[in-house]
Amino acid sequence: MSIKSELKEKGRSIIEKSSAAVPIHMQIKGAHLFQKAKNTVFKREGFPAFVEYDIPDVMSLELKDIDVSNPFLFKQNCWEPYFKRLRDERPVHYQKNSPFGAFWSITRYEDILFVDKHHELFSAEPIIMIGDRPDGLHADTFIAMDPPKHDVQRQAVQGVVSPQNLKEMEALIRSRAEDVLDNLPINEPFDWVERVSIELTARMLATLFDFPYERRRDLAKWSDIIGGAAQLTGGAGSVDENFTAAAEIAKAFSELWRAKEAKKAAGEEMGFDLISMLLANEETKSMVNRPMEFIGNLSLLIVGGNDTTRNSMTGGVLALNQFPDEFIKLKNNPSLIPNMVSEIIRWQTPLAYMRRVAKEDVELNGQTIRKGDKVVMWYVSGNRDERAIDQPDQFLIDRKNARNHLSFGFGVHRCMGNRLAEMQLRILWEEILKRFDNIEVIGEPDYVQSNFVKGYSKMMVRLTAKS
Amino acid sequence: MGNITFIEHDGTEHIVDIAEGKTLMQIAMDNLVPGIDADCGGSCACGTCHVIVDSAWVSATGIASDEELMMLDMTPEKTDTSRLSCQIKASQSLDGVVVRLPEFQM
Repeated sequence: MSIKSELKEKGRSIIEKSSAAVPIHMQIKGAHLFQKAKNTVFKREGFPAFVEYDIPDVMSLELKDIDVSNPFLFKQNCWEPYFKRLRDERPVHYQKNSPFGAFWSITRYEDILFVDKHHELFSAEPIIMIGDRPDGLHADTFIAMDPPKHDVQRQAVQGVVSPQNLKEMEALIRSRAEDVLDNLPINEPFDWVERVSIELTARMLATLFDFPYERRRDLAKWSDIIGGAAQLTGGAGSVDENFTAAAEIAKAFSELWRAKEAKKAAGEEMGFDLISMLLANEETKSMVNRPMEFIGNLSLLIVGGNDTTRNSMTGGVLALNQFPDEFIKLKNNPSLIPNMVSEIIRWQTPLAYMRRVAKEDVELNGQTIRKGDKVVMWYVSGNRDERAIDQPDQFLIDRKNARNHLSFGFGVHRCMGNRLAEMQLRILWEEILKRFDNIEVIGEPDYVQSNFVKGYSKMMVRLTAKS
Repeated sequence: MGNITFIEHDGTEHIVDIAEGKTLMQIAMDNLVPGIDADCGGSCACGTCHVIVDSAWVSATGIASDEELMMLDMTPEKTDTSRLSCQIKASQSLDGVVVRLPEFQM
């Protein structure tokens, strides 16, 4: 074995083989130091940071030069014509030279449904973001596993967000939303993202995990870091930050896990929170001893429950400002809220895509995708596909078949938290309508730099109280 | 013309006419039977048109395919006679069929 491959082998196993006596967060720190040393030895450069520039008009580009992995398409809010051009002219599009390597873009609704359904042709492994996983941090998570391993792991945790469980939690979620809304300033500008979207989502996740309530904002912070590395999604963060966040998550959740485990051993009644459920399941009750699986699945649930709902909470307010007639329609008929929630989730599409890898050669819409190629299903584009959705750029709260959107994905990886997300948004809007006559967006929001998270970092609003 | 009985989780019955060749999901949607979401529009890709077939009708409605079972595995209310109603085609041979709806679709 050459030194190089030996080092590689050691790096891969450094966490798996660490003694169970070493705390997980120390193992992650160890792996991080090892990767840094290795990069120094081989003089490897890290993934370069993205430097912002003005995105050109899509019509000025040749098809082959269109690169929708550019993280500034969303940041500069100029993504719509890019995807429309691909849908119209090259719905299955190959970009050879992106910073993330070559990849296929799938942009029409029906083609996305095909790829999402055919997990035997398109693998979700090893990661569902467009970039490659950081060496040394190969966390295992079921969103990026194929059946049958995926099915076992998903089934172990999906109970926590089952509608039966959510019914138990609805009153608590509502009281926390009421509290946030009751403390907002009236007739005075403030940042909706910070005061409402992030705060409510963090409260919700803390409730779901039975995580220390006073540390809830850590959940939001970790979520931002995990999804925000340049190497993964074109974000402004670095892989170093990912290691640090992973170590912090491991520490906090190991402590929480051990506390719950002791409670269980003492025969105390267990709650309906995530870790209690994992401890109650044969398959997952000793997950804490499998660090990469532990950290992977917790990270998945932290990210899955964060950016998505947060940005839909902001997106809904923005949509109703851009389509003021719909706000009037809503106030006249609040029973449209559940339908509007689906429409918000379509219109916003808070996660822009999921990535797959072709397991064999596949013909799709006139193109041949080769075995091993990266394939990106752009939900954000399929949700605006004129072939599948009537007037797709319009935000219509009484849209017929509003539920038929792609934002939750389809097939075995369909969003597990979809009912939770819908419930949170429904409660938010029910409580907003009780209190406020108007939410006026002031100026333009700030958008997140990412090709994956389609979201907002800031949106100033002014509230008018209900007269 | 035969009929199909959908029974909601709270016991409310909906007896609707068979529309030959349509799926049970489409028939339920056309007749505004509550309790079916059909998020994927009938592609066997979401699991939100879950029904529980009355045990007397299991052989007439047929068995779920592997891909259908994978979607059904995602709902906590799955039973031995669970099916996705978008995968059951209505015909005269199903005249009188009874299916129950779960409490929730997910």
